[in-house]
Amino acid sequence: MDREDTKARIDTLIEPFNKKGVAITDDTTFAGDLEWDSLTVMDFVAAIEDEFDIIISMNQQAEIETYGQLIDAVTKLRGE
Amino acid sequence: MSESISTPDKPEPLPEVEDAKDLFSKFDPLIKQRQDLLDSGLEDPFGLVMERVLSPVTAVCNGRETILLGTYNYMGMTFDPEVIEAGKSALENYGSGTTGSRVLNGTYVGHKDVEDALCEFYGMDHAMVFSTGYQANLGIISTIAGKGDYIVLDIDSHASIWDGCAMGNAEVVPFKHNDLEAMEKRLKRIPEGAGKLVVLEGVYSMLGDIAPLKEMIAIAKSHGAMVLVDEAHSMGFIGPNGRGVAEDQGVLDDVDFVIGTFSKSVGTVGGFCVSNHPKFEIMRLVCRPYVFTASLPPSVVATAATSIRKLMDAGDKREHLWENSKRLHKGLRDLGFELGTEEPQSAIIAVIMPDLERGAGMWEALLKEGLYVNLARPPATPAGMTLLRCSLCAEHSEEQVGQILTMFEAAGKAVGII
Repeated sequence: MDREDTKARIDTLIEPFNKKGVAITDDTTFAGDLEWDSLTVMDFVAAIEDEFDIIISMNQQAEIETYGQLIDAVTKLRGE
Repeated sequence: MSESISTPDKPEPLPEVEDAKDLFSKFDPLIKQRQDLLDSGLEDPFGLVMERVLSPVTAVCNGRETILLGTYNYMGMTFDPEVIEAGKSALENYGSGTTGSRVLNGTYVGHKDVEDALCEFYGMDHAMVFSTGYQANLGIISTIAGKGDYIVLDIDSHASIWDGCAMGNAEVVPFKHNDLEAMEKRLKRIPEGAGKLVVLEGVYSMLGDIAPLKEMIAIAKSHGAMVLVDEAHSMGFIGPNGRGVAEDQGVLDDVDFVIGTFSKSVGTVGGFCVSNHPKFEIMRLVCRPYVFTASLPPSVVATAATSIRKLMDAGDKREHLWENSKRLHKGLRDLGFELGTEEPQSAIIAVIMPDLERGAGMWEALLKEGLYVNLARPPATPAGMTLLRCSLCAEHSEEQVGQILTMFEAAGKAVGII
């Protein structure tokens, strides 16, 4: 699946969750830069799962620290 | 000399935090938060010592006689004369401990008897007793859901459920608390052929709210999932026979595994799983938290068995506990406190505090009035809330519930919450 298309859709999805207005790049970290708590993570993951009709298990989430890694993981999951 | 006499309301100061970096450095923010709280002069909410226990509902704490409103002794079984007698007799006849695993030298007649009592209580075929409720969740969940299987669970699940997930190799998929649609969406997306376990709780212990088990279990079953329900906080109290929320909603037959504990209504310590699964007994050989630990002492299983059988016939106590819960819930709401549920759904009534500082202040003010409640704070609580959790007991008298409300009013006004 197309990484650019995945990125564009996640860029839109993350806007309401980016309450601090952080400039997001592939290197932005969820815990460090965005300072998300576990409930915010859950809601954001649910939004992505619904958008792409995929599951991102907590085991997979544990491997995802940066925005770029998230886009890569979702792109891969869409292709499966 | 007078300075060296410790005053009961002041805890010992914590040692200075060293600057040197080591494995403990990651705890520095928490150490600081705790120190700041104690420096403000508050009593340590997590260091209370019960000096004497007078009954299931009263104790002496820091020299004061205190009403206990923060125990899980829902049915007040801890001082039941028959329960005490069973424990004493087992202690004398079987000794202080088994010093062995259930699968080696640690299964006595008492362990089989308490498992029989559980089968009678739940009307199920199999019961397996663990040394704690925590280990029951840890053991069952980590063992039955393996690599390639999926565990779908409520985000507000108890730590023992999360730790059971973390200990196993299954894919872990949480959904929003009590949200049927979120649960179903996740079940639908699980790959064809993968094993599925849905983990739910009857009563969620932080806010005291119950799960819509009837609807959730129907969805789980329609997607071919097995269902595990933790009924720790409902046993003995909720449901016509005290079997829990699943019984109350008429769906106990659809639950594959009920997890429970002896440390709440039963009044001692220990955990269990009951099931009708025809192959359930194999769990005794493959479940590591069952195998690789010592079994419960004979006195503990004897008190548990006696208590469980008495709980089968405790309709009057159940009724009185409901009355207590309803009266306290209404009284607190009328005083202007914000509560975790609109209506009382269990014996837990959570009072929502504006923040940790005022929550700790309120907790201390109540303790000085002579009332003990649980102070619950993140990460144990949902949505970062600070809660004063009140859990009622069937042995609280109507008069005591009245006293409790008077204490809440005085403390709430003193701290400026109402």
